[in-house]
Amino acid sequence: MAKIWVFTEVLEGEVVPVGLELLTKARGMGGSVEALVFSPEADKVTATLGEYGAATVHACTDSAYSEVLLGGPAADAIAALAREHNPDLILIGATYTGRDVAGRLAAALDVPVIANGVDVSANGDIIVQGAIFGATLMVQSKFAGNRPAIAVLRAKSFAAEPGGGGSPTVVPITTPVDEKHRKARVKERVVAKAEGPTLEDAPVVISGGRGLQDPANFDLLQQVAQLVGGAVGASRAVVDAGWVPYAMQVGQTGKTVKPTVYIAVGISGAMQHTVGMKGAKNIVAINKDAEAPIFKLADLGVVGDVLKILPQLIDALKARKG
Amino acid sequence: MNVVVCVKQVPDPNSAGQLDPATNRLKREGVEVVLDPGDEYGIEAGLQLAEASGGQVTVVSMGPEKALDAIRKALAMGAAKGVLVSDAALAGADALTTAKVLAAAIRREPFDLVITATESTDASTGVVPQMLAGLLDVPCVTFAKHVEASGGTLKVNRQTEAGYDVVEADLPALMSVTAGVFEPRYPSLKGIMAAKSKPVDRLGVADLGLGEVTSGEQIVGVQPAEERKAGEIVEDDGTAAQRIVDFLAAQKVI
Repeated sequence: MAKIWVFTEVLEGEVVPVGLELLTKARGMGGSVEALVFSPEADKVTATLGEYGAATVHACTDSAYSEVLLGGPAADAIAALAREHNPDLILIGATYTGRDVAGRLAAALDVPVIANGVDVSANGDIIVQGAIFGATLMVQSKFAGNRPAIAVLRAKSFAAEPGGGGSPTVVPITTPVDEKHRKARVKERVVAKAEGPTLEDAPVVISGGRGLQDPANFDLLQQVAQLVGGAVGASRAVVDAGWVPYAMQVGQTGKTVKPTVYIAVGISGAMQHTVGMKGAKNIVAINKDAEAPIFKLADLGVVGDVLKILPQLIDALKARKG
Repeated sequence: MNVVVCVKQVPDPNSAGQLDPATNRLKREGVEVVLDPGDEYGIEAGLQLAEASGGQVTVVSMGPEKALDAIRKALAMGAAKGVLVSDAALAGADALTTAKVLAAAIRREPFDLVITATESTDASTGVVPQMLAGLLDVPCVTFAKHVEASGGTLKVNRQTEAGYDVVEADLPALMSVTAGVFEPRYPSLKGIMAAKSKPVDRLGVADLGLGEVTSGEQIVGVQPAEERKAGEIVEDDGTAAQRIVDFLAAQKVI
């Protein structure tokens, strides 16, 4: 593989983890690895990008990019760079903005995207592996169109490991934001500061589903999460019902989590959900229905009343803390 | 405001989907198919925005003949017109080809706003909305979780990793909506009856002037994923909470 580009994002002065995961992967594929970053804080992260494998960082620090949604203008700038430098493969994390960039970039360059991938290889053909139908089937697809190939990969598909790379060469991206992109303007960025770790980083994730019976009972999950330093997730069913925000959704159309322990409370285990959590190291399930498919995945399954067990669990955790 | 909503018919998400071993394409025969549940939010969003401003909703879909059922459901909910692009040449189409077909079909309709789901429930590529916006050359506001429209401006709360962005966009535009943005209505009996006589344009690739259709993606292998093994299942006898605590302690997370 001759030339791989990795699109990276910056949040509060740090590289969003999937970017480092993809750099680690790209480094192992051989050839040259270059990172793309669009952030006024890009200079804060170039050393990190180098450490994880980028020999060159194409950096845009133009604050005009922050006043609009990044997808459109970033795709324009990357398309112009790609026409000049001819990368073979562009890796993009399946974040909200990553998906915006990938779709716009593919349309601009008229090249294919293979999305929702969990692995990528480039021995001859470039092949992306994806998990479909609730991750019951693994499918390998090869790029058959023009280059660059664009692969959109799910977070947590690879471990992020520094490779001891030196300072990268930083090449400024100077493409201005086209006027047409000002038709969609970001008026405000609201940061919902959740207490405790994020779903992706928490060692314990406790998620609730319909079996909780009432949105107010999510408070029980919050209490457990607080006691174990975990994060609270949810099934699609309760997100669709408006009980909790979409940001908490674990599953195919939500987040992928790989905690040390995942606790599924009142979740039946539809494939839509399990695809986002079956990579957990351990799974605990509590459900009143002994036939619930979630028990097929559980290392510890408890058949019982979640509204009886959760308060007992909270008491037991409190007692343990003393 | 005239709204075009893109919809897709998918295998029922509550049943396991299958690939045809001969072609590695989605098996559609003998499989229960439904309007993608994720599309119902977009249809509802379109209906509310159009109703508030005196416009109408057109639903556009690419799929086999049977996808007419999905369009009829959207018409029963209140959409005024359907467009179905069916063509044998489109079997196995990738995301970009799909976007090109939808863009060509949408260009035939007058629109102020195009609405999509964030991704389809079956293929889940999640990049078609952005491709469509690029091809139609309109602003692209994705992952909307709250929507208001006034005059020629759309105000959207867009989901982000950290919270949400408040975004203002000039129309015409494209918007993808997350589940829960609006509560989808159920088709009424009157709606279902009326849907039968609403117009549906049936188009093929040639009608769209797209020339030869190719796919930039080719499936080269399919295997069942590795299964997790079930562990210990216990009936709660009042000690289950303690067992969970012990399990967490054994994993050293508490």
